[in-house]
Amino acid sequence: MKKVAYFPGCTLKTKAKELDRYARKSAEALGFYLDEIENWQCCGGVFTTSRNEIATKLSSVRALADAQKKNQTLITVCSACHNVIKQTNHAMQTDEEFALKVNNYLGAGNEYDGKTKVLHYLEYLRDEVGFEEVAKKVVKPLTGKKIAAYYGCLLLRPNSVMAMDDPENPTIIENLIKALGGEAVVYPYRNECCGGYIALEDADSAKKKSTSVVASARSHGAEIIVTACPLCKYNLEKNNPEAKVVYFTDLLAEALGVKEDGNE
Amino acid sequence: MSKEMENLKSEIIRSSGVNPKKCMRCGKCTGTCPAFDEMEYHPHQFVYMVESGDIEPLLNSKSLYKCLTCFACVDRCPRGVEPAKLVEAVRLSVIRKQGANHLKADDIPALLDDEMPQQAIVSALRKYSK
Repeated sequence: MKKVAYFPGCTLKTKAKELDRYARKSAEALGFYLDEIENWQCCGGVFTTSRNEIATKLSSVRALADAQKKNQTLITVCSACHNVIKQTNHAMQTDEEFALKVNNYLGAGNEYDGKTKVLHYLEYLRDEVGFEEVAKKVVKPLTGKKIAAYYGCLLLRPNSVMAMDDPENPTIIENLIKALGGEAVVYPYRNECCGGYIALEDADSAKKKSTSVVASARSHGAEIIVTACPLCKYNLEKNNPEAKVVYFTDLLAEALGVKEDGNE
Repeated sequence: MSKEMENLKSEIIRSSGVNPKKCMRCGKCTGTCPAFDEMEYHPHQFVYMVESGDIEPLLNSKSLYKCLTCFACVDRCPRGVEPAKLVEAVRLSVIRKQGANHLKADDIPALLDDEMPQQAIVSALRKYSK
């Protein structure tokens, strides 16, 4: 089975264990293995854009260097880890002064040259496995389910770095939903912010943003909203208790027949 | 512009990598910002206030902590100005000072609920504290 380096992240080990569990199970059903990198450290949740911010990016660089040593593609499942690690990788590739400072921290023999390929699990499914292959492995299609993809901000932006999909008209999650036999619901707020970390100190602000997202999805007929981000899931659910919000790995595992409890 | 503000302006421009002179003041960043109505100074105002050296009001404004780092203004700016990076650089110039953290670790337990993911806490600390 093909091995890929895997960075799970803090929340996948705590509040979002099912995101991790079903990512692993689905991967094995699809013929690849998530090889968790050793001694990974939290990515910090958000990327700090300032070029003179060094220490807060070292955990991402260490993960990148680890994958490089194993000569593996680095996969993340959480949207936030993906965003932080991809942006850090880009900074290592394009900002010489930043890379020099980082490598001075890492020390001789541990330098990182920016060559690791970073992919989100969704990208790996689309580009390496292929949605047609995923569709062939479906045993319990999501027939008749109206599912709205919620991208939020971290999966797609900044597009110049994330380069995952069209940031204003994405199709990757919709195409996965279709491959799993479901009906993809497209709605205007699918790439707008849920409020993110503002929930911690300004719950009203997060509420305003999250309710707009859910209202938009529902008005277009969505029954289920699917996300890759634990914080999006939290904000959408907290502020819209009636909404059904699930991780994309839940639907994937369900359709592939590797979800233990079937109906949750 | 005072010498102090001149220095701060060059530091902000250098660390953010943003050239505020590219801004044509179309306001699209503010139009697309999910937090614009909670900000005293909107994203397009950050850009011209930094450019003109009128940075003092920004340093003292809660607007610094309303940015969600959603990168909407970064991607949708027709001139590639990337206002969020300026907001970040101004915020860092404040919270990097001793005792100027916007969020303190001791404040966090009171802000939590049972479902709040770790991701929310680490992200807020990264944006609001040094």
